[in-house]
Amino acid sequence: MTDFSSLTITSAINGLKNKEFTSQELVQFFIEKIKQNKHLNCFITHTFEQAIDMAKIADKRISAKNHRMLEGIPIGMKDLFCTNGIKTTAGSKILENFIPFYESTVSKNLWDSGAIMLGKTNMDEFAMGSANTTSFFGNVINPLKSFSNQKKDLVPGGSSGGSASAVSSGLCLGATGSDTGGSIRQPASFCGLVGLKPTYGRCSRFGMIAFASSLDQAGPIAQTVEDAALMLQCMTSFDEKDSTSSRNEIPNYLDYKNYRLKGKKIGIPKEYLIEGLNNEIKEVWDNCINWFKSEGAEIVDISLPHTESALPTYYIIAPAEASANLARYDGIRYGFRQKEKDLKDLYQKTRGLGFGKEVKRRLMIGTYVLSAGYYDAYYLKALKVRKLISKDFEEAFKICDLILTPTTPNVAFPIGEKQTDPIEMYLNDVLTVPASLAGLPAISVSSGFNKEKLPIGLQVIGKPFDEISILGAGNAIEKLRGF
Amino acid sequence: MEYYIQGEKNKWEVILGLEVHAQISSKSKLFSVASTNWGGEPNSQVELVDCGMPGALPVINEYCVEQAILTGLSINAKINKMSIFDRKNYFYPDLPQGYQISQFEHPIVGSGYINIDCEGKKKKIGITRLHLEQDAGKSLHDQNEENSYIDLNRSGCALMEIVSEPDMRSPLEAAEYVKKLRNILKYVGSCDGNMEKGNLRADVNVSVKLKGEELGTRCEIKNVNSIKFIQQAIEYEAKRQVKILESGDEIFQETRLFDPNVGETRSMRGKEESHDYRYFPDPDLPPLIVTEEKINELKKTLPELPDQRKNRLMIEFNLSSYDAEVIVNDKDVANFFEKTVEGRDSKIVTSWVTGELFSFLKKTEKNIKASGISPLKLGELIDLIIDGTISNRQAKEVFEDYIKSTESAKIFVEKRGLIQVSDEQEIENLINSVLQENPKMLEQYRNGKDKLFGFFVGQVMKVSKGKANPKVLNELLKKILSN
Amino acid sequence: MSIDNSTVKKVALLARIEIQKNDEAALIDELNNIIGWVDELKKVNTEDIEPMLSVFNETMNMRKDNPQSNYTNELILKNSPENNAGFFVVPKVVE
Repeated sequence: MTDFSSLTITSAINGLKNKEFTSQELVQFFIEKIKQNKHLNCFITHTFEQAIDMAKIADKRISAKNHRMLEGIPIGMKDLFCTNGIKTTAGSKILENFIPFYESTVSKNLWDSGAIMLGKTNMDEFAMGSANTTSFFGNVINPLKSFSNQKKDLVPGGSSGGSASAVSSGLCLGATGSDTGGSIRQPASFCGLVGLKPTYGRCSRFGMIAFASSLDQAGPIAQTVEDAALMLQCMTSFDEKDSTSSRNEIPNYLDYKNYRLKGKKIGIPKEYLIEGLNNEIKEVWDNCINWFKSEGAEIVDISLPHTESALPTYYIIAPAEASANLARYDGIRYGFRQKEKDLKDLYQKTRGLGFGKEVKRRLMIGTYVLSAGYYDAYYLKALKVRKLISKDFEEAFKICDLILTPTTPNVAFPIGEKQTDPIEMYLNDVLTVPASLAGLPAISVSSGFNKEKLPIGLQVIGKPFDEISILGAGNAIEKLRGF
Repeated sequence: MEYYIQGEKNKWEVILGLEVHAQISSKSKLFSVASTNWGGEPNSQVELVDCGMPGALPVINEYCVEQAILTGLSINAKINKMSIFDRKNYFYPDLPQGYQISQFEHPIVGSGYINIDCEGKKKKIGITRLHLEQDAGKSLHDQNEENSYIDLNRSGCALMEIVSEPDMRSPLEAAEYVKKLRNILKYVGSCDGNMEKGNLRADVNVSVKLKGEELGTRCEIKNVNSIKFIQQAIEYEAKRQVKILESGDEIFQETRLFDPNVGETRSMRGKEESHDYRYFPDPDLPPLIVTEEKINELKKTLPELPDQRKNRLMIEFNLSSYDAEVIVNDKDVANFFEKTVEGRDSKIVTSWVTGELFSFLKKTEKNIKASGISPLKLGELIDLIIDGTISNRQAKEVFEDYIKSTESAKIFVEKRGLIQVSDEQEIENLINSVLQENPKMLEQYRNGKDKLFGFFVGQVMKVSKGKANPKVLNELLKKILSN
Repeated sequence: MSIDNSTVKKVALLARIEIQKNDEAALIDELNNIIGWVDELKKVNTEDIEPMLSVFNETMNMRKDNPQSNYTNELILKNSPENNAGFFVVPKVVE
């Protein structure tokens, strides 16, 4: 069998168009690869049969020169997106056997663009996690290893860990993710990939299982900026089924190729130089500043004064919304039910047994901060601080075009670490959460390595609906990073 | 008359406030496209939102928003240009999302009022607010010993909750308030007002106090679905509270249910053990913005309301306040009246509508629509009275048969030989024979017993089988007797 | 602000989550740590700041009142743990 390991989405599209190989060959190759890499635990559900059927159709369309944007391209679908007739679990026991009879808009858009689903990728339960260690279906393993310790398994990041690990290990050409506080960008960074969280409202949330509705955004995880742009193009749409879907015109994201850093103002927020920021990451950040300078960009020191408050704010708002979003999992209409004679027992045991520890912890926090007597002190307070955080960005974007920061304070860490103290785990998201709270588009691009040869991602945050600029800056990083 | 409860020791005032839930007569639900048709197979009118499927999202029905605004305008209320949907969180099997989408702090309609007529006295009842919310599904408890059955057809139907000030002081006032409100809703067309189907139901807040004292602790009687029951429930509940207070105990603020079978209210404890709804803004729904323009546009479409119509009828047709009130109390009756009175004498039409027609409707327990009586049907009969073909009395006698028949008034009357005799010679002959047959009476009359005039009229009518034209008869009789 | 045993019980009841006896102590610690940590926000001056309800600042889409029937009763019930005669079935609700 031909080795397609080095393909990207872009090169695969060309190969298919030029009849170098067929979609069926491509799909067959990835199916084999997935089978060989089961230990990574990237997928919760395989959809090989459907993939082969879809590939046949794709091949026909390609021969008929009737191909669509992602015709015949095999991808992974995060198991947070409801897929018609295919088990969708959100990584939870409580949805262990749930088979939707409807299709999420994002996945539908991708199928309508010709993409092929290899399977549903593993994830932190209900997207709550930063290491992909909270899935009911087991931990996902990062294919990358520390140079000095090849035996120790590392986390792929989370919550879109299955997607990131699958793309990184070449089990699919790209994958969907969802990002509430960093769930696309952080795993992309840990796995040496490109991950893009669009502006809130850009991708429809219909059919995407909700974690925190005011923050959740779907986005692509891919090997290159170009692949990410292609996927993004196919994922976005105005959707009348989502009341928070934007009517803003969708540009041609490939126009990022015309983007030039020359003359652009790049903001460097001093507050992101946090205590605990890994030195090697700091170095890569500094390097990138110099690359951008060399391209003619102007570096501007900016201040986002409420950065420090972003994480606590997030850990009030997201659990609060989740406490309501996850109330529907009650064992009555679908999903896991612990059979009991008394209704209250049924509720409590179903949810007690059906949810994992981290989910329960956040549901407790969320319920607490909304409960009588605490609402003003926590939830309302958090909404006000969110406003301040958002204003910080508005102010900053008056004097700069883009903001460049590290994606994470650390590189991928061994599975099992940071498990004892939830807050330690939460700190993984400290640099990604502010843009989420402000609803801004942000991309993570692999920009260097530490001594252990583990990838380091940098984050570029843009103005609302300016995905093209962050793709452009990401593209510049790809060209300048020297690998 | 002042209403009070006479306890063993004191006279107690009753303080009443109502929360009326009115289902908006929309074709589809508030946040889903599912049909609102009544009486469908269980769970056959259910979209994803209505059964809380993972990834389901609410999208608001514009028609429902417009109906809420129109209703707001018709109760003299302020329309809020920005309102917010909140989640009201609690677990119940017929609440599939685990929360109800409602409006808490920022309802679409602010304070207003309506006027009621109670035993001839006008009273203004304040309305605190009107907000939009989702209805719950239906739990059936009687089908099975061990289980309850859940039907979600009603889940998600649009409700307006209309909250009154605690301005009512007697069961009758409460009843008049509901009647008036229902009438307004029917005029506006925002709700069909059908209490039997549960399309209009009330929660009644009852408290009692001694004159001059502060408001007492209230109990809420949930979901009372007829005006009669509202009155019964209030009376029972007020007496119960008086008994408790006079025995020196305190009222425990709680939710109660009215059982119409025994005419009592009973506590609903158990369901309501934890009363913390944790309202917070629904992140799936942006604020609802209504423009001044939209409000003005809707204002123009506002139909004539009961109070306005009453005034107009009084002026245009010279109706008494009482007659106008009973006619406008039912929009269909008022429409019927106006169609019937067109081109006819309003006095006779009014007397027929409020007299024969109303007693017929009462007797057959039908409303005007269900009765199938058309304005033409009644109008033709009235025409025959006006042109002297039949007498008013004859018409009354045959009214029921005529209504049930399919014949036109003219044919009906002809077929039954009911044509009034107006021929002077014929009537004179009848008079003469009656006088000949009653010589004693005639003598008494001539001796000054004037009252016997009526007796002779009656006798002539009797021998004419009611066909004699009363006007002609009166004149002739007078003439003959004075000879 | 500290979360004690009874608060956890109350919150767990509101959230309808059964907490295993063995997990209770650890959970109380964790929750206290998290709440203690987010308590940092109290230091932020939010005077005269409007709460941010949404980052979405476009007007809400509204739909026309056209009823549709996209899912049959069978589909709606398909994933249910227990159903009968077209209904979802739950243990008796006592009113």
